[in-house]
Amino acid sequence: MTQRLKEVDVVVLGVGFVGSIIAKELAATGLKVVGIERGGVRDTVPDFQGPYMHDELRFAVRKALMQDNTKEAVTFRNNRDQIALPLRRWEGFLPGTGLGGCGVHWNGQTYRFQEQDFILRTHIEQRYGKNFVGDLTIQDWGVTYAELEPHYDRFEYLLGTSGKAGNLNGKIQPGGDPFEAPRSREYPTPPMKEYFAGAIFRKAAASLGYHPFPQPASTLSQPYTNPEGLKLNSCVFCGFCERFACEHYAKATPQTAILPVLLRNSNFELRTGCQVQRINLDSSRKKATGVTYVDAAGRTFEQPASLVICSLFAFNNVRMLLLSGIGTQYDPITQKGTVGRNYAYQTTSSALAFFDEDVNINPFMASGSTGTTINDFSGDNFDHGPHGFIGGAYIAAINTNGRPIEYHPVPPGTPTWGKGWKEAVVRHYNHTVNITVHGSSMPNRANYLDLDPTYKDAWGQPLIRFTFDFPKNDLMMSEFVTARAVDIAKATGAKIVAGNPRKGPYTTTQYQTTHNTGGTVMGNDPATSVVNRYLQCWDVPNVFIIGASNFAHNATWNPTDTVGALAYWAVDALKAKYLKSPGPLVQT
Amino acid sequence: MFLKTAGTASVVSGVVAAAAFDIAPVAEKAVAPPLSGTLFFNPQEAAIIQAACERLIPHDDLGPGANEAGVPNYLDKQLAGAWGAGERLYRSGPWQVGTPSQGYQLPFTPAELFRNALRGIAADLKQQGKEFPALSDDEQDAYLKALQAGGKDLNGVPANVFFQTLLAMTVEGYFSDPAYGGNKDMLAWKMIGFPGAYANYFDLVDKHGVKFTRAPLSIADAPAVAHFHQGPDIPAKL
Repeated sequence: MTQRLKEVDVVVLGVGFVGSIIAKELAATGLKVVGIERGGVRDTVPDFQGPYMHDELRFAVRKALMQDNTKEAVTFRNNRDQIALPLRRWEGFLPGTGLGGCGVHWNGQTYRFQEQDFILRTHIEQRYGKNFVGDLTIQDWGVTYAELEPHYDRFEYLLGTSGKAGNLNGKIQPGGDPFEAPRSREYPTPPMKEYFAGAIFRKAAASLGYHPFPQPASTLSQPYTNPEGLKLNSCVFCGFCERFACEHYAKATPQTAILPVLLRNSNFELRTGCQVQRINLDSSRKKATGVTYVDAAGRTFEQPASLVICSLFAFNNVRMLLLSGIGTQYDPITQKGTVGRNYAYQTTSSALAFFDEDVNINPFMASGSTGTTINDFSGDNFDHGPHGFIGGAYIAAINTNGRPIEYHPVPPGTPTWGKGWKEAVVRHYNHTVNITVHGSSMPNRANYLDLDPTYKDAWGQPLIRFTFDFPKNDLMMSEFVTARAVDIAKATGAKIVAGNPRKGPYTTTQYQTTHNTGGTVMGNDPATSVVNRYLQCWDVPNVFIIGASNFAHNATWNPTDTVGALAYWAVDALKAKYLKSPGPLVQT
Repeated sequence: MFLKTAGTASVVSGVVAAAAFDIAPVAEKAVAPPLSGTLFFNPQEAAIIQAACERLIPHDDLGPGANEAGVPNYLDKQLAGAWGAGERLYRSGPWQVGTPSQGYQLPFTPAELFRNALRGIAADLKQQGKEFPALSDDEQDAYLKALQAGGKDLNGVPANVFFQTLLAMTVEGYFSDPAYGGNKDMLAWKMIGFPGAYANYFDLVDKHGVKFTRAPLSIADAPAVAHFHQGPDIPAKL
């Protein structure tokens, strides 16, 4: 029995960063907007307060803030010859749930992509020739960095990001990242204090001629009032950041940076605990009529709407389209179809530097985004000609915490338990610097998303299935850049140095990142993209799909800043173009 | 630490006597007092767990062993509760073995996994006329290494899967907040210098190399609002 509700102008699926931004902007124009969130309501007070928020077991190990996988899991296989099986626990990556989405438990690392990323195929072919790309399915994004710059700027000012510009309108700035794309103004707040691991890394990297800079952080260095009039606080480096919610109003999240303004607008209605089953289409299949959802008590509703915004985690954006019959499933054999195509991830690795016992690193004095970075081996910032791969990785000292269930680094060769293990844990806990290698992930024919033929969610609908392994290109990249990280670790003067480049096969049993991207790629060609440059669905123009699922590849850097920039870019097009004349914004 | 022979354990109570330490110990060794008031483990299981955990994290001059830190109590409470019952575990079939990349694929909840595996261990050793708690340290280590290497089937639980689960939960119990029943008196945190559930490091984070010596805080004893910074125009309340 489905209850049909009164029609509204806009329905927004998922109230995380993207959903909050879109809903806030559209509700401000006078439109009636309903936001549907599968998880619960939660706020800084009382939900995120200490001391119970500082519980490593509950939040970091048992993943209390993450998607309820007993109801909704994903299935995985390395390649098409295998049978995909459900991830029965979250280990390799951590999709969030609840009001604010992943924006509650993120680290706050706030990097922009570079100019080349948005024209990647054109750029690589121009610099290295047409054959260099090989079998990677990279493509231009249909939008340029210059077009996105004002939207990056707006998102960073919403967050209050702490950093130092390295390139202001084309002029290189001392102390910042000399490789970054030009930004129109300084960061909203100055860099965070540099902790010890960052200082050790900075000196070592500089001694090798590299260009260290403070990692841009949305765990703020000082109090800040954003353009929405919301006040954020200084981070106190408590070391409970990623996988946790911030009790200090210091991490920029939907709760601290935008939701209070959205929820004050009577044009907006939030419905939580509601699981959207599908976007409904009319008989032409070219127009959405709204959505059908099941509420927490199990009742089914149809919410008619003129415009549907799909602003979910990448996997779920793809799944929503497939459950709704929107677009054509990508086929890895024929290369036809676009939904699920160009799934990408992130190619991460690390190096460890072990110091003497009189060097107190104090890893617990940390935030999720304090750190010192170099971009010398990121993106296309070095000549790839001799190497035969594309892409790169930033190298950084980012000690996010000293929580000991998960953080107790030991040198290679240490026993995994017993007396030898215990001695090594005690010896190295406070005397180790972890160097992160955070690299790009290039799409290929074989990596993609579709619906699982066997496993279902709690509502009886197919789970999303992902088929992924690291392309050879990315493993070569990891080998090269991890060796550079080891060079830096050696230059710190550490007693013992270890480095572990990423090796295949990709495993879901080891946490790497939650930067799952692609599947509803943006572009200028409907044959290779699901949405146009304004993130409007080619097949159903009153559906916009916005999020990391739009990425045509995943670049070197953490995706959130680019996701936020795309949200503001899309909502500008919605307001300036679509609302005035609903219909396709790009003609085919 | 409590030093006693395995034989004395059987006189503590009639229940523990069911563990039947009827094999003479090869040498006097450290044995914890029997775990009492358990919610999940039976006495035989508790005795195996206590002995195994102590080998995974033994007592030494650096700090507590797993028993002194209350790890078996942590395991008991976890397995008796929601986690043991399969909290946050997707449990729809079909069940297939899968590849190592696909992670845990057994139908067992953690409670079922422990129950089956511990029975399997007891049965396996009984065939050799042995019991795990009565083995020497070296024999226990060798048996645990064999479990870790895999190959044995413990009532349907692959030995290496059980070993990895036991090791992971032992480390959890050792280093998690004492509110969960392990890390007694925050001994493990004191041993490595982790300050626990809360500190404000704003003034210290750029004092590089400073030795931070404040005693750790547990969730149980950190004041609920001690670190809550609220300006007059904050919060931005929803």
